[in-house]
Amino acid sequence: MELLRIEHIEKYYGSRSSLTKAIDDISLDIESGEFTAIMGASGSGKTTLLNVISTIDRVTAGHIYLENTDITALRGKELNKFRRDKLGFIFQDFNLLDTLTAYENIALALTIKKLGFKEIDEAVHRVAKQLEITDVLQKYPYQMSGGQKQRVASARAIVTSPKLVLADEPTGALDSKSAKLLLERFNYLNRENGATILMVTHDSFTASYSSRVVFIKDGKVFCEISRGGNTRKQFFDRIIDVVTLLGGDVSDAL
Amino acid sequence: MLFKLTLGNIKKSIRDYAIYFFTLIIGVSIFYVFNAIESQTAYLRVSRDTREVIQLINKILSGVSVFVAVVLGLLIVYASRFLMKRRNREFALYLTLGMSKGGVSLILLAETVIIGAGSLLVGLLIGTGISQVSSALVAGLFEADMSEYHFNISAQAIVKTLIYFGIMYLVVMLFNTVMIGRKKLIDLMNAGKRSEKLKLKNPVACVIMFIIAAAALGFAYYMVGWRTTELEESTFFTYIVVGCISTYLIFRSVSGLMLRVFMSAKGLYYRGLNSFTFRQLSSKVNTMVFSMTLICLMLFVTICALCSAFTIRNSLNRTLNECCPADYQAGMSIFNNGEEYMVLDYIPLDPEKIYKDAGIDPEDYFEEYALTRAVYDSSLNYEGFYGEYFDEAMVLSDDIGMILQEEPLISITDYNKLMEIYGGEKETLGENEYIELCNVKKSAEQRNYMLERGKEITAFGVTLKPKYDECINGVMELFDSYNNYGVTIIPDSVAAKAEAGVYYLTGNFNTDDKQKISSYIEKLNSEAPNPVLSALNKEYEKLDNESVGFNYYAVTKQQFGEANIGIKALVTFLGLYVGVVFLITSGAVLALRSLSDASDSLSRYDMLRRIGADERDIKHSLFLQTVLFFALPLLLAIFHSLFGMKFAYFFLGMYGVSAIIPSILMTGGIIMLIFGGYFVITYLCSKMMIKPVNK
Repeated sequence: MELLRIEHIEKYYGSRSSLTKAIDDISLDIESGEFTAIMGASGSGKTTLLNVISTIDRVTAGHIYLENTDITALRGKELNKFRRDKLGFIFQDFNLLDTLTAYENIALALTIKKLGFKEIDEAVHRVAKQLEITDVLQKYPYQMSGGQKQRVASARAIVTSPKLVLADEPTGALDSKSAKLLLERFNYLNRENGATILMVTHDSFTASYSSRVVFIKDGKVFCEISRGGNTRKQFFDRIIDVVTLLGGDVSDAL
Repeated sequence: MLFKLTLGNIKKSIRDYAIYFFTLIIGVSIFYVFNAIESQTAYLRVSRDTREVIQLINKILSGVSVFVAVVLGLLIVYASRFLMKRRNREFALYLTLGMSKGGVSLILLAETVIIGAGSLLVGLLIGTGISQVSSALVAGLFEADMSEYHFNISAQAIVKTLIYFGIMYLVVMLFNTVMIGRKKLIDLMNAGKRSEKLKLKNPVACVIMFIIAAAALGFAYYMVGWRTTELEESTFFTYIVVGCISTYLIFRSVSGLMLRVFMSAKGLYYRGLNSFTFRQLSSKVNTMVFSMTLICLMLFVTICALCSAFTIRNSLNRTLNECCPADYQAGMSIFNNGEEYMVLDYIPLDPEKIYKDAGIDPEDYFEEYALTRAVYDSSLNYEGFYGEYFDEAMVLSDDIGMILQEEPLISITDYNKLMEIYGGEKETLGENEYIELCNVKKSAEQRNYMLERGKEITAFGVTLKPKYDECINGVMELFDSYNNYGVTIIPDSVAAKAEAGVYYLTGNFNTDDKQKISSYIEKLNSEAPNPVLSALNKEYEKLDNESVGFNYYAVTKQQFGEANIGIKALVTFLGLYVGVVFLITSGAVLALRSLSDASDSLSRYDMLRRIGADERDIKHSLFLQTVLFFALPLLLAIFHSLFGMKFAYFFLGMYGVSAIIPSILMTGGIIMLIFGGYFVITYLCSKMMIKPVNK
């Protein structure tokens, strides 16, 4: 089933004299339950794409539909409600509130929906178990490792059972071991909970955990590959091939 | 180049500096206004007595100014260091670009000079404006003629303000230079990264600490509020210290305690942004326990000072009308010193003859007057008076010094004569009855105790029963405050048994014209030679006896009124001066901290928006944080003040504490205006700061 439909979106920055096309006519469909990675070099427009999908930024032209709702038409309060109910965010630098415990950080996503405490408590413990962070729930962010923080942030993103989880370079600030652990959790959530995950990354290893990789270059879709029946290792090699191809005419080390 | 950079910096950080600048301006203008009072009063046409009082007030105000300068100086140093800390990374940038530390110091120097000069200029301008308005208030306070209006600028006050604030700014510059000189580049660069470590406290320890602090505070309250009379200077000081330390401990433990309490109410804690709001607030409170303590104590002093000042001000007129219900009273007596200490043997006098000898006809001065007499029975000293209830009366009393005095007695006819003048209610008395007249609360309690029990007294050999079971309120002698510890009204037949006593002339002048009254008083009370006194002296010389003494005194309501003017003006000025300065100091510290916190938390608010928190909820959270942050020290200060004022009213009792509610309202009004003003500005500024950049 189609969850997200992006139709000919464009995003321009700057004035008429010096126009930057961050997104130059991108169209994309994402199925429900898909784990998609968007890859591209710095400045390719991948973060802008994520921002317009997450309604943090606005498109200059085109439409984005989530479950047939045109989210580019949402305004003010509807936007907040949309983000609260339909989206989950995971950031590179975790973005946890340092004054709150892990438990409270995760609960916050539910308390702003004004749910009862019992529901909140159950949900928090459920996702904590899935992400294997039950033992750090009462700790503060500064008492946790980077991997734990990112898993807490992930728990906060999925605790509301969002339609779409948006992850912006989730492994960017993690060491390789923590990154692997986190990605395995993403796979688990994708497989067991049927969570739809859209992840932006420039790391081929991270991307190889997804089921589909879309490459962006200069604000346009360059190509896309699906994992199909490949093992993760095979998929990784195919990604590297595309990255090399991309790097062939752009002197940008990915 | 440096100058350009400096101006740019100020423009850029105008939002951070706005509150600081605003506070400086208020500080300067307040300082000017109160120091300009001296030159304003110079124009006032007032009597000589009032002039002396004014000089005294000016001396006191300039003494207090030194204290105020110290407080404002500390505020300025605190605020500027606080703002500096926020700019460490900017300085680091200059240093990495190759600027010397001297250069950075120079920039700071230039900034301080510009801000200092600006605030002084604007502050003095505003101060001059305010002082034009306040000169009317000053004239009103001294009940002086305002027919001649003078636009006045006090050069002296300007110079004083410039010098005091100049010194403060110099200190700030020194501080800043030293600070930059001592910091390492790496520390400056990393200063922007907030340390994520929070001071966490053991909740159980917090609860224990809070309980101990509350208990200590309760004990101090009890000792100061209820055992007021047992206080000695040293123990009083101890309780103040106990109070301060307890306040500190309460702020140290309150967030931990609240967390414990609040978190147990899970339904409330995990609703909306409550957990976020609460954690934000508690981390703010935890990092500024000491400042919160100081702010709370300053607010406490402010409330007590303002409340006492207004109470004295509001009560004085009423007290005067109650304690001095007639315009004029003179008392005269001639006596042999008795064998016992303080027991006098009065010799008969004819006051009418004395006045005739003095060439004064009371009819010329008074619309109505009365000649009365107070008599004494040496057996009716306090011990004889209270008799079997003496011990209980002692327990009820706090004034041990009154024991030896004899009870003044007045005949019912004389009392009614006085009531004619005073406009009070007349009394009737049976042949063996007596009435107690009293207006001191403690003393009335003592007397009521014995009256309730039907205590009989013996005056001049006649046994008398109380007519009423409580004292009636009133005075025999005119005074400016509640000073009638007790006068007994006895039947004429009993009073007639006394040969002599103290003779009084009491009257109301036959005019309301102030000038005319002054000329009357001039004649009646002229100092050398006073006609009445000389006439009395002649009578006294007739008695050729070494142990004879004589006494004469005269009081006028007008003089009491003038003395009251001085007290009123002094307490009003002092209360307002100290109160306003403390209020802006506490308001500014809280505002600076709140604003910097809001700007530090921008990323947190962004995060909340990303996970979909409603804009309304975010605003509500900010509002709660700001309100509670301001309210916390204020609430504790109000709590302190409840007991502090109980203590203060004990001492103000003499002046009378009639207008408590209006005083509280006026105090509340001033606090709302200044402290509330800081709160509103802080909230509006923080709201603007956290507004989303793009929607």
